[in-house]
Amino acid sequence: MRRPGWLALALAETRMQVRLLLRNVVAAFFTLVMPLLFLILLNFFIGDGELSDGSALSNYFTPAIAVFGLVTATFTNLAISTAMARDAGVLKRVYGSPMPLSAHVAGRVLSATLLGLASVVVMLAIGALVYGVEIPWSRMPVFFGVLLIGAAAFSALGVAVAMVTPNARAAPAVANAVILPLTFVSGIFFPLTDAPAWLQLVGRALPLAPFVESAVDQFVPWLIDGSIVWRLGVMMAWGLFGAVLALRFFRWEPSGIRRQSLEIDT
Amino acid sequence: MPAIRVRGLVKTYGSNRAVDGIDLEVQEGEVVAVLGPNGAGKTTTIEILEGFRNRDGGEVEVLGMDPAASAREIRDRIGIVLQESGIEDELTVTEAVTHQALPYERPRPIGEVVELVGLADKAGARIKTLSGGQRRRLDLALALVGDPSLLFLDEPTTGFDPAARRQSWSVIEGLAANGTTILLTTHYLEEAQELADRVVVITRGRVVAEGTPDSIGGRSDRPATIRFRVSDGDAARLGLEANDGLVMVETSSPTEELHRLTGRALEAGIELADLEVRRPTLEETYLRLVGGAE
Repeated sequence: MRRPGWLALALAETRMQVRLLLRNVVAAFFTLVMPLLFLILLNFFIGDGELSDGSALSNYFTPAIAVFGLVTATFTNLAISTAMARDAGVLKRVYGSPMPLSAHVAGRVLSATLLGLASVVVMLAIGALVYGVEIPWSRMPVFFGVLLIGAAAFSALGVAVAMVTPNARAAPAVANAVILPLTFVSGIFFPLTDAPAWLQLVGRALPLAPFVESAVDQFVPWLIDGSIVWRLGVMMAWGLFGAVLALRFFRWEPSGIRRQSLEIDT
Repeated sequence: MPAIRVRGLVKTYGSNRAVDGIDLEVQEGEVVAVLGPNGAGKTTTIEILEGFRNRDGGEVEVLGMDPAASAREIRDRIGIVLQESGIEDELTVTEAVTHQALPYERPRPIGEVVELVGLADKAGARIKTLSGGQRRRLDLALALVGDPSLLFLDEPTTGFDPAARRQSWSVIEGLAANGTTILLTTHYLEEAQELADRVVVITRGRVVAEGTPDSIGGRSDRPATIRFRVSDGDAARLGLEANDGLVMVETSSPTEELHRLTGRALEAGIELADLEVRRPTLEETYLRLVGGAE
Protein backbone atom coordinates (compact mmCIF):
# COMPACT_ATOMS: atom_id res chain seq x y z
CA MET A 1 0.00 0.00 0.00
CA ARG A 2 1.24 3.45 -0.93
CA ARG A 3 1.37 6.27 1.59
CA PRO A 4 -1.13 9.06 0.79
CA GLY A 5 0.39 12.30 -0.50
CA TRP A 6 0.82 15.50 1.50
CA LEU A 7 -2.47 17.03 0.37
CA ALA A 8 -4.49 13.92 1.21
CA LEU A 9 -2.87 13.81 4.66
CA ALA A 10 -3.54 17.52 5.26
CA LEU A 11 -7.20 17.05 4.27
CA ALA A 12 -7.48 14.02 6.58
CA GLU A 13 -6.08 16.16 9.39
CA THR A 14 -8.62 18.87 8.53
CA ARG A 15 -11.52 16.39 8.70
CA MET A 16 -10.18 15.14 12.03
CA GLN A 17 -9.92 18.67 13.45
CA VAL A 18 -13.42 19.59 12.22
CA ARG A 19 -14.73 16.43 13.86
CA LEU A 20 -12.99 17.40 17.10
CA LEU A 21 -14.45 20.91 16.86
CA LEU A 22 -17.93 19.53 16.41
CA ARG A 23 -17.46 17.29 19.43
CA ASN A 24 -16.07 20.05 21.58
CA VAL A 25 -19.32 21.98 21.31
CA VAL A 26 -18.48 24.38 24.13
CA ALA A 27 -15.31 25.71 22.47
CA ALA A 28 -16.97 26.00 19.06
CA PHE A 29 -19.94 27.75 20.64
CA PHE A 30 -17.83 30.38 22.36
CA THR A 31 -15.81 30.99 19.21
CA LEU A 32 -19.09 31.81 17.45
CA VAL A 33 -20.91 33.43 20.32
CA MET A 34 -18.44 36.17 21.25
CA PRO A 35 -18.60 38.05 17.92
CA LEU A 36 -22.34 37.39 17.83
CA LEU A 37 -22.66 39.07 21.21
CA PHE A 38 -20.74 42.10 19.89
CA LEU A 39 -23.05 42.26 16.89
CA ILE A 40 -26.18 42.21 19.05
CA LEU A 41 -24.82 44.70 21.61
CA LEU A 42 -23.62 47.16 18.97
CA ASN A 43 -27.00 47.00 17.27
CA PHE A 44 -28.68 47.55 20.62
CA PHE A 45 -26.65 50.65 21.53
CA ILE A 46 -25.80 52.30 18.21
CA GLY A 47 -28.04 50.37 15.81
CA ASP A 48 -29.95 53.50 14.84
CA GLY A 49 -26.75 55.37 13.95
CA GLU A 50 -26.13 56.48 10.39
CA LEU A 51 -23.15 56.75 8.11
CA SER A 52 -22.48 60.14 6.48
CA ASP A 53 -24.53 59.19 3.39
CA GLY A 54 -27.52 58.43 5.58
CA SER A 55 -27.34 54.61 5.31
CA ALA A 56 -27.52 52.49 8.50
CA LEU A 57 -24.33 52.18 10.59
CA SER A 58 -24.95 48.42 10.74
CA ASN A 59 -23.78 48.25 7.11
CA TYR A 60 -20.37 49.17 8.51
CA PHE A 61 -20.03 47.21 11.71
CA THR A 62 -21.69 43.96 10.57
CA PRO A 63 -18.89 43.03 8.10
CA ALA A 64 -16.34 44.46 10.57
CA ILE A 65 -17.58 42.13 13.31
CA ALA A 66 -17.73 39.25 10.83
CA VAL A 67 -13.99 39.83 10.31
CA PHE A 68 -13.54 39.86 14.08
CA GLY A 69 -15.34 36.48 14.19
CA LEU A 70 -12.94 35.07 11.62
CA VAL A 71 -9.95 36.42 13.56
CA THR A 72 -11.30 34.84 16.77
CA ALA A 73 -11.72 31.48 15.03
CA THR A 74 -8.26 31.56 13.46
CA PHE A 75 -5.86 33.68 15.53
CA THR A 76 -7.24 33.26 19.07
CA ASN A 77 -8.45 29.70 18.57
CA LEU A 78 -5.19 28.48 16.98
CA ALA A 79 -3.00 30.26 19.53
CA ILE A 80 -4.79 28.43 22.34
CA SER A 81 -5.48 25.05 20.72
CA THR A 82 -2.01 24.64 19.20
CA ALA A 83 -0.36 25.47 22.55
CA MET A 84 -2.67 22.97 24.26
CA ALA A 85 -1.91 20.29 21.68
CA ARG A 86 1.81 20.91 22.14
CA ASP A 87 1.60 20.70 25.94
CA ALA A 88 -0.51 17.52 25.77
CA GLY A 89 2.14 15.87 23.59
CA VAL A 90 -0.04 15.75 20.44
CA LEU A 91 2.62 17.49 18.33
CA LYS A 92 5.28 15.19 19.72
CA ARG A 93 3.32 12.08 18.77
CA VAL A 94 2.79 13.46 15.25
CA TYR A 95 6.50 14.26 15.04
CA GLY A 96 7.30 10.66 15.99
CA SER A 97 5.16 9.29 13.13
CA PRO A 98 5.61 9.65 9.35
CA MET A 99 2.80 12.26 9.31
CA PRO A 100 4.47 15.51 8.12
CA LEU A 101 4.07 18.13 10.85
CA SER A 102 3.32 20.67 8.11
CA ALA A 103 0.29 18.59 7.03
CA HIS A 104 -0.89 18.34 10.63
CA VAL A 105 -0.59 22.10 11.18
CA ALA A 106 -2.24 22.77 7.80
CA GLY A 107 -5.18 20.65 8.99
CA ARG A 108 -5.49 22.80 12.10
CA VAL A 109 -5.34 26.01 10.03
CA LEU A 110 -7.88 24.80 7.44
CA SER A 111 -10.36 23.62 10.08
CA ALA A 112 -10.03 26.91 11.97
CA THR A 113 -10.61 28.79 8.71
CA LEU A 114 -13.74 26.74 8.00
CA LEU A 115 -15.04 27.53 11.50
CA GLY A 116 -14.26 31.22 10.91
CA LEU A 117 -16.05 31.29 7.55
CA ALA A 118 -19.07 29.64 9.19
CA SER A 119 -18.99 32.41 11.78
CA VAL A 120 -18.88 35.06 9.02
CA VAL A 121 -21.87 33.53 7.24
CA VAL A 122 -23.88 33.42 10.48
CA MET A 123 -22.98 37.05 11.22
CA LEU A 124 -23.95 38.28 7.73
CA ALA A 125 -27.16 36.24 7.74
CA ILE A 126 -28.24 37.72 11.07
CA GLY A 127 -27.16 41.17 9.90
CA ALA A 128 -29.22 40.86 6.71
CA LEU A 129 -32.28 39.18 8.23
CA VAL A 130 -32.52 41.01 11.56
CA TYR A 131 -30.74 44.33 11.13
CA GLY A 132 -31.44 45.10 7.49
CA VAL A 133 -27.85 45.00 6.23
CA GLU A 134 -27.72 45.08 2.43
CA ILE A 135 -25.54 42.27 1.08
CA PRO A 136 -23.61 43.49 -2.02
CA TRP A 137 -23.77 40.16 -3.88
CA SER A 138 -21.61 41.25 -6.81
CA ARG A 139 -18.76 42.02 -4.38
CA MET A 140 -18.98 38.76 -2.45
CA PRO A 141 -16.20 36.99 -4.43
CA VAL A 142 -13.77 39.80 -3.55
CA PHE A 143 -15.09 39.85 0.03
CA PHE A 144 -14.42 36.11 0.51
CA GLY A 145 -11.07 36.44 -1.24
CA VAL A 146 -10.12 39.07 1.33
CA LEU A 147 -11.35 36.74 4.10
CA LEU A 148 -9.14 33.90 2.86
CA ILE A 149 -6.02 36.07 2.76
CA GLY A 150 -6.85 37.41 6.22
CA ALA A 151 -7.50 33.90 7.56
CA ALA A 152 -4.10 32.75 6.30
CA ALA A 153 -2.32 35.75 7.84
CA PHE A 154 -4.06 35.50 11.22
CA SER A 155 -3.65 31.71 11.33
CA ALA A 156 0.09 32.14 10.88
CA LEU A 157 0.14 34.78 13.63
CA GLY A 158 -1.97 32.51 15.88
CA VAL A 159 0.42 29.55 15.51
CA ALA A 160 3.32 31.96 16.12
CA VAL A 161 1.75 33.13 19.39
CA ALA A 162 1.28 29.48 20.43
CA MET A 163 4.96 28.81 19.76
CA VAL A 164 6.38 31.83 21.60
CA THR A 165 4.05 31.24 24.56
CA PRO A 166 5.87 29.09 27.11
CA ASN A 167 2.87 26.95 28.08
CA ALA A 168 -0.79 26.49 27.26
CA ARG A 169 -2.03 28.06 30.49
CA ALA A 170 -0.58 31.40 29.37
CA ALA A 171 -1.88 31.12 25.79
CA PRO A 172 -5.42 32.57 26.29
CA ALA A 173 -4.01 35.55 28.19
CA VAL A 174 -1.32 36.24 25.59
CA ALA A 175 -3.73 35.83 22.66
CA ASN A 176 -6.28 38.18 24.20
CA ALA A 177 -3.63 40.69 25.25
CA VAL A 178 -2.65 40.88 21.58
CA ILE A 179 -6.06 40.87 19.93
CA LEU A 180 -8.27 42.95 22.25
CA PRO A 181 -6.21 46.18 22.15
CA LEU A 182 -5.84 45.62 18.42
CA THR A 183 -9.63 45.66 17.92
CA PHE A 184 -9.82 49.22 19.27
CA VAL A 185 -7.35 50.64 16.76
CA SER A 186 -8.68 48.66 13.83
CA GLY A 187 -12.09 50.15 13.10
CA ILE A 188 -14.21 47.25 14.31
CA PHE A 189 -16.52 49.18 16.61
CA PHE A 190 -16.38 52.51 14.78
CA PRO A 191 -14.90 53.61 11.46
CA LEU A 192 -11.22 54.43 11.77
CA THR A 193 -11.95 57.46 9.57
CA ASP A 194 -13.45 59.10 12.69
CA ALA A 195 -10.23 58.58 14.69
CA PRO A 196 -7.27 60.99 15.07
CA ALA A 197 -4.75 60.83 12.23
CA TRP A 198 -1.96 59.27 14.32
CA LEU A 199 -4.31 56.44 15.43
CA GLN A 200 -5.27 55.80 11.82
CA LEU A 201 -1.60 55.58 10.95
CA VAL A 202 -0.79 53.15 13.76
CA GLY A 203 -3.87 51.02 13.13
CA ARG A 204 -3.24 50.73 9.41
CA ALA A 205 0.34 49.59 9.95
CA LEU A 206 -0.97 46.69 12.05
CA PRO A 207 -2.64 43.67 10.43
CA LEU A 208 -6.25 43.99 11.65
CA ALA A 209 -7.26 47.44 10.34
CA PRO A 210 -6.27 46.63 6.73
CA PHE A 211 -8.28 43.39 7.04
CA VAL A 212 -11.36 45.14 8.44
CA GLU A 213 -11.20 47.99 5.93
CA SER A 214 -10.70 45.66 2.95
CA ALA A 215 -13.79 43.70 4.03
CA VAL A 216 -15.94 46.72 4.92
CA ASP A 217 -14.91 48.35 1.64
CA GLN A 218 -17.04 45.75 -0.14
CA PHE A 219 -20.14 46.87 1.79
CA VAL A 220 -19.61 50.67 1.89
CA PRO A 221 -17.10 51.29 -0.91
CA TRP A 222 -17.29 55.09 -0.74
CA LEU A 223 -16.30 55.39 2.94
CA ILE A 224 -12.60 54.58 3.10
CA ASP A 225 -9.85 55.98 0.87
CA GLY A 226 -6.80 54.00 -0.03
CA SER A 227 -5.87 51.02 -2.16
CA ILE A 228 -6.97 47.47 -1.35
CA VAL A 229 -3.75 46.18 -2.90
CA TRP A 230 -1.72 48.10 -0.33
CA ARG A 231 -3.91 46.79 2.51
CA LEU A 232 -3.66 43.19 1.33
CA GLY A 233 0.08 43.70 1.06
CA VAL A 234 0.27 44.81 4.71
CA MET A 235 -1.80 41.76 5.78
CA MET A 236 0.39 39.38 3.80
CA ALA A 237 3.55 40.92 5.22
CA TRP A 238 2.24 40.32 8.75
CA GLY A 239 1.22 36.78 7.77
CA LEU A 240 4.71 36.13 6.47
CA PHE A 241 6.17 37.52 9.69
CA GLY A 242 3.89 35.15 11.66
CA ALA A 243 4.93 32.17 9.54
CA VAL A 244 8.63 32.95 9.97
CA LEU A 245 8.15 33.37 13.73
CA ALA A 246 6.15 30.12 13.98
CA LEU A 247 8.82 28.17 12.09
CA ARG A 248 11.71 29.76 13.94
CA PHE A 249 10.22 29.00 17.37
CA PHE A 250 8.50 25.74 16.53
CA ARG A 251 8.58 23.38 19.50
CA TRP A 252 6.82 20.07 20.10
CA GLU A 253 7.08 20.36 23.88
CA PRO A 254 6.41 23.24 26.30
CA SER A 255 9.51 25.35 26.98
CA GLY A 256 11.19 24.84 30.32
CA ILE A 257 10.37 21.14 30.26
CA ARG A 258 14.00 20.34 29.66
CA ARG A 259 15.11 21.84 32.93
CA GLN A 260 12.17 20.27 34.76
CA SER A 261 12.63 16.86 33.27
CA LEU A 262 16.32 16.82 34.09
CA GLU A 263 15.30 16.96 37.70
CA ILE A 264 12.59 14.34 37.38
CA ASP A 265 13.77 12.07 34.61
CA THR A 266 15.64 12.14 31.36
CA MET B 1 23.29 -5.48 10.93
CA PRO B 2 22.21 -4.55 14.45
CA ALA B 3 18.85 -2.74 14.80
CA ILE B 4 20.48 -0.10 16.97
CA ARG B 5 24.12 0.83 17.15
CA VAL B 6 25.35 3.63 19.42
CA ARG B 7 28.98 4.61 19.93
CA GLY B 8 30.20 7.27 22.35
CA LEU B 9 26.87 9.14 22.44
CA VAL B 10 27.07 12.57 24.11
CA LYS B 11 24.32 15.08 24.87
CA THR B 12 24.86 18.15 26.99
CA TYR B 13 22.40 20.66 28.41
CA GLY B 14 24.39 23.70 29.42
CA SER B 15 27.15 22.38 31.64
CA ASN B 16 25.28 19.15 32.34
CA ARG B 17 26.39 16.09 30.37
CA ALA B 18 23.06 14.26 30.41
CA VAL B 19 24.51 11.54 28.20
CA ASP B 20 28.22 11.07 28.65
CA GLY B 21 29.62 8.51 26.22
CA ILE B 22 27.02 5.75 25.96
CA ASP B 23 27.68 2.64 23.85
CA LEU B 24 24.71 0.46 23.05
CA GLU B 25 23.96 -2.27 20.56
CA VAL B 26 20.63 -3.98 20.05
CA GLN B 27 20.43 -6.96 17.68
CA GLU B 28 17.43 -7.62 15.46
CA GLY B 29 14.73 -9.44 17.40
CA GLU B 30 16.33 -8.68 20.74
CA VAL B 31 14.49 -7.17 23.72
CA VAL B 32 16.72 -4.81 25.69
CA ALA B 33 15.71 -3.01 28.88
CA VAL B 34 17.44 0.22 29.90
CA LEU B 35 17.42 0.68 33.67
CA GLY B 36 18.65 3.60 35.68
CA PRO B 37 17.67 6.13 38.32
CA ASN B 38 15.77 9.32 37.43
CA GLY B 39 17.98 11.73 35.54
CA ALA B 40 20.37 8.99 34.42
CA GLY B 41 19.92 9.86 30.74
CA LYS B 42 17.59 7.02 29.69
CA THR B 43 14.90 9.14 28.07
CA THR B 44 17.41 11.51 26.48
CA THR B 45 19.17 8.53 24.90
CA ILE B 46 15.92 7.03 23.61
CA GLU B 47 14.73 10.38 22.28
CA ILE B 48 17.95 10.78 20.30
CA LEU B 49 17.39 7.32 18.79
CA GLU B 50 13.78 8.27 17.95
CA GLY B 51 14.94 11.46 16.22
CA PHE B 52 13.36 13.88 18.70
CA ARG B 53 16.68 15.36 19.79
CA ASN B 54 20.01 16.01 18.17
CA ARG B 55 23.14 14.59 19.70
CA ASP B 56 26.24 16.57 20.55
CA GLY B 57 28.66 13.76 19.84
CA GLY B 58 29.05 10.09 18.95
CA GLU B 59 27.63 7.80 16.29
CA VAL B 60 24.04 6.58 16.11
CA GLU B 61 22.50 4.11 13.67
CA VAL B 62 18.87 3.05 13.86
CA LEU B 63 17.90 0.36 11.30
CA GLY B 64 21.10 1.28 9.50
CA MET B 65 20.21 4.99 9.24
CA ASP B 66 21.21 8.11 11.12
CA PRO B 67 18.10 9.46 12.92
CA ALA B 68 19.43 13.02 12.61
CA ALA B 69 19.43 12.72 8.81
CA SER B 70 16.76 10.16 7.85
CA ALA B 71 14.06 10.80 10.41
CA ARG B 72 11.14 10.18 8.09
CA GLU B 73 12.37 6.85 6.68
CA ILE B 74 13.11 5.66 10.20
CA ARG B 75 9.73 6.76 11.55
CA ASP B 76 7.95 4.68 8.96
CA ARG B 77 9.52 1.57 10.46
CA ILE B 78 9.61 2.28 14.19
CA GLY B 79 6.88 2.46 16.81
CA ILE B 80 7.11 4.82 19.76
CA VAL B 81 5.28 4.64 23.08
CA LEU B 82 6.01 7.94 24.80
CA GLN B 83 5.72 8.59 28.51
CA GLU B 84 2.90 11.01 27.68
CA SER B 85 0.59 9.85 24.96
CA GLY B 86 -0.84 13.06 23.50
CA ILE B 87 -4.12 11.77 22.12
CA GLU B 88 -7.13 13.95 21.34
CA ASP B 89 -9.46 12.31 23.81
CA GLU B 90 -12.71 13.27 22.11
CA LEU B 91 -11.93 10.60 19.50
CA THR B 92 -12.96 6.96 19.77
CA VAL B 93 -10.34 4.22 20.00
CA THR B 94 -10.95 3.10 16.42
CA GLU B 95 -10.87 6.67 15.07
CA ALA B 96 -7.57 7.41 16.79
CA VAL B 97 -5.91 4.21 15.54
CA THR B 98 -7.32 4.67 12.02
CA HIS B 99 -6.01 8.23 11.87
CA GLN B 100 -2.61 7.23 13.22
CA ALA B 101 -2.35 4.51 10.54
CA LEU B 102 -2.79 6.97 7.62
CA PRO B 103 0.79 8.08 6.89
CA TYR B 104 2.45 4.65 7.14
CA GLU B 105 3.63 2.71 4.13
CA ARG B 106 2.26 -0.66 5.29
CA PRO B 107 -0.17 -0.18 8.19
CA ARG B 108 -1.64 -3.18 10.01
CA PRO B 109 -5.41 -3.73 9.90
CA ILE B 110 -7.04 -1.47 12.50
CA GLY B 111 -9.29 -4.11 14.07
CA GLU B 112 -6.37 -6.51 14.44
CA VAL B 113 -4.28 -3.96 16.35
CA VAL B 114 -7.16 -2.95 18.62
CA GLU B 115 -7.82 -6.62 19.32
CA LEU B 116 -4.13 -7.32 19.96
CA VAL B 117 -3.89 -4.81 22.82
CA GLY B 118 -7.15 -6.06 24.30
CA LEU B 119 -9.34 -3.05 23.54
CA ALA B 120 -11.78 -4.75 21.14
CA ASP B 121 -14.71 -4.20 23.51
CA LYS B 122 -13.73 -0.51 23.82
CA ALA B 123 -13.26 0.08 20.07
CA GLY B 124 -16.19 2.50 19.82
CA ALA B 125 -15.62 4.24 23.16
CA ARG B 126 -14.41 7.84 23.45
CA ILE B 127 -10.82 7.90 24.68
CA LYS B 128 -11.73 10.19 27.59
CA THR B 129 -13.82 7.36 29.07
CA LEU B 130 -10.89 4.89 29.18
CA SER B 131 -9.06 3.98 32.38
CA GLY B 132 -5.37 4.78 32.76
CA GLY B 133 -4.35 1.24 31.90
CA GLN B 134 -6.63 1.17 28.86
CA ARG B 135 -5.16 4.48 27.62
CA ARG B 136 -1.67 3.07 27.93
CA ARG B 137 -2.73 0.05 25.88
CA LEU B 138 -4.15 2.44 23.29
CA ASP B 139 -0.70 4.10 23.23
CA LEU B 140 0.72 0.70 22.41
CA ALA B 141 -1.88 0.21 19.65
CA LEU B 142 -0.92 3.60 18.15
CA ALA B 143 2.75 2.57 18.22
CA LEU B 144 2.00 -0.79 16.58
CA VAL B 145 -0.33 0.28 13.78
CA GLY B 146 2.55 1.11 11.41
CA ASP B 147 3.78 -2.50 11.76
CA PRO B 148 7.18 -1.45 13.16
CA SER B 149 10.19 -3.72 13.11
CA LEU B 150 11.62 -1.73 16.02
CA LEU B 151 9.57 -0.62 19.01
CA PHE B 152 10.56 1.96 21.64
CA LEU B 153 8.73 1.70 24.96
CA ASP B 154 9.39 4.47 27.47
CA GLU B 155 8.12 3.19 30.82
CA PRO B 156 5.25 1.30 29.19
CA THR B 157 3.49 0.13 32.36
CA THR B 158 4.08 2.98 34.79
CA GLY B 159 0.98 3.42 36.91
CA PHE B 160 -0.55 0.04 36.01
CA ASP B 161 -2.17 -2.26 38.51
CA PRO B 162 -0.52 -5.71 38.63
CA ALA B 163 -3.18 -7.40 36.48
CA ALA B 164 -2.95 -4.73 33.74
CA ARG B 165 0.84 -4.99 33.87
CA ARG B 166 0.76 -8.76 33.32
CA GLN B 167 -1.62 -8.24 30.40
CA SER B 168 0.69 -5.68 28.77
CA TRP B 169 3.65 -7.95 29.32
CA SER B 170 1.96 -10.75 27.46
CA VAL B 171 1.25 -8.40 24.52
CA ILE B 172 4.89 -7.28 24.47
CA GLU B 173 6.10 -10.89 24.78
CA GLY B 174 3.89 -11.79 21.83
CA LEU B 175 5.50 -9.04 19.74
CA ALA B 176 8.98 -10.15 20.76
CA ALA B 177 8.09 -13.74 19.83
CA ASN B 178 7.14 -12.47 16.35
CA GLY B 179 10.59 -10.95 15.93
CA THR B 180 9.95 -7.28 16.79
CA THR B 181 13.06 -5.64 18.20
CA ILE B 182 12.20 -3.83 21.43
CA LEU B 183 14.09 -1.21 23.43
CA LEU B 184 12.34 -0.31 26.67
CA THR B 185 13.06 1.82 29.69
CA THR B 186 11.52 0.90 32.98
CA HIS B 187 11.65 1.52 36.70
CA TYR B 188 10.32 -1.95 37.44
CA LEU B 189 13.03 -4.54 37.90
CA GLU B 190 10.58 -7.42 37.57
CA GLU B 191 9.50 -5.92 34.23
CA ALA B 192 13.08 -6.07 32.96
CA GLN B 193 13.42 -9.58 34.37
CA GLU B 194 10.21 -10.72 32.68
CA LEU B 195 10.64 -9.11 29.25
CA ALA B 196 14.28 -8.45 28.51
CA ASP B 197 16.89 -10.66 26.89
CA ARG B 198 19.46 -8.15 28.04
CA VAL B 199 19.59 -5.37 30.61
CA VAL B 200 21.64 -2.17 30.36
CA VAL B 201 22.09 -0.13 33.52
CA ILE B 202 22.75 3.61 33.05
CA THR B 203 23.70 6.11 35.72
CA ARG B 204 24.90 9.67 35.22
CA GLY B 205 24.82 9.30 31.46
CA ARG B 206 27.08 6.24 31.36
CA VAL B 207 26.54 2.50 31.01
CA VAL B 208 27.68 0.94 34.27
CA ALA B 209 26.66 -2.67 33.60
CA GLU B 210 25.03 -4.82 30.99
CA GLY B 211 24.15 -8.46 30.64
CA THR B 212 21.27 -10.89 30.82
CA PRO B 213 18.86 -10.30 33.72
CA ASP B 214 20.31 -13.42 35.38
CA SER B 215 23.97 -12.59 35.03
CA ILE B 216 24.12 -8.79 35.20
CA GLY B 217 26.48 -7.31 37.74
CA GLY B 218 28.03 -10.77 38.30
CA ARG B 219 24.68 -11.81 39.74
CA SER B 220 25.05 -15.47 38.79
CA ASP B 221 28.53 -15.68 40.36
CA ARG B 222 27.54 -14.15 43.65
CA PRO B 223 26.96 -16.45 46.59
CA ALA B 224 23.45 -17.68 47.34
CA THR B 225 22.02 -17.29 50.81
CA ILE B 226 20.32 -20.10 52.75
CA ARG B 227 18.05 -18.75 55.48
CA PHE B 228 15.94 -20.43 58.12
CA ARG B 229 14.71 -19.89 61.69
CA VAL B 230 15.67 -22.05 64.68
CA SER B 231 16.22 -21.43 68.37
CA ASP B 232 19.73 -20.39 69.48
CA GLY B 233 20.17 -23.79 71.13
CA ASP B 234 19.26 -25.69 67.96
CA ALA B 235 21.57 -23.46 65.95
CA ALA B 236 24.44 -24.37 68.24
CA ARG B 237 23.60 -28.09 67.84
CA LEU B 238 23.98 -27.62 64.07
CA GLY B 239 27.30 -25.86 64.63
CA LEU B 240 25.87 -22.51 63.46
CA GLU B 241 25.13 -19.14 64.98
CA ALA B 242 21.65 -17.61 65.02
CA ASN B 243 20.91 -13.93 65.07
CA ASP B 244 17.54 -13.29 66.69
CA GLY B 245 16.61 -16.86 65.75
CA LEU B 246 17.54 -16.27 62.08
CA VAL B 247 20.37 -18.27 60.52
CA MET B 248 21.93 -17.09 57.25
CA VAL B 249 24.52 -19.16 55.41
CA GLU B 250 26.24 -17.73 52.32
CA THR B 251 27.44 -20.30 49.87
CA SER B 252 28.59 -20.55 46.29
CA SER B 253 27.48 -24.23 46.12
CA PRO B 254 23.93 -24.06 47.51
CA THR B 255 22.91 -27.62 46.50
CA GLU B 256 25.70 -29.27 48.41
CA GLU B 257 25.39 -26.96 51.40
CA LEU B 258 21.61 -27.37 51.62
CA HIS B 259 21.96 -31.16 51.47
CA ARG B 260 24.51 -31.16 54.29
CA LEU B 261 22.38 -28.81 56.46
CA THR B 262 19.08 -30.61 56.03
CA GLY B 263 20.82 -33.97 56.61
CA ARG B 264 22.15 -32.81 59.97
CA ALA B 265 18.84 -31.19 60.91
CA LEU B 266 17.01 -34.46 60.15
CA GLU B 267 19.46 -36.49 62.26
CA ALA B 268 19.06 -34.06 65.15
CA GLY B 269 15.29 -33.89 64.69
CA ILE B 270 15.31 -30.10 64.19
CA GLU B 271 12.70 -28.39 61.97
CA LEU B 272 14.20 -25.56 59.84
CA ALA B 273 11.35 -23.02 59.86
CA ASP B 274 10.91 -20.61 56.88
CA LEU B 275 13.67 -22.37 54.97
CA GLU B 276 14.64 -20.59 51.74
CA VAL B 277 17.52 -20.37 49.30
CA ARG B 278 17.95 -17.06 47.54
CA ARG B 279 20.25 -15.63 44.98
CA PRO B 280 20.63 -11.84 45.01
CA THR B 281 17.49 -10.48 43.29
CA LEU B 282 17.84 -8.28 40.22
CA GLU B 283 16.67 -5.45 42.43
CA GLU B 284 19.45 -6.00 44.97
CA THR B 285 21.99 -6.24 42.17
CA TYR B 286 20.60 -3.10 40.53
CA LEU B 287 20.66 -1.11 43.76
CA ARG B 288 24.24 -2.18 44.33
CA LEU B 289 25.14 -1.08 40.76
CA VAL B 290 23.53 2.36 40.98
CA GLY B 291 24.30 2.74 44.67
CA GLY B 292 26.90 5.43 44.10
CA ALA B 293 24.60 7.50 41.91
CA GLU B 294 21.88 8.48 44.35
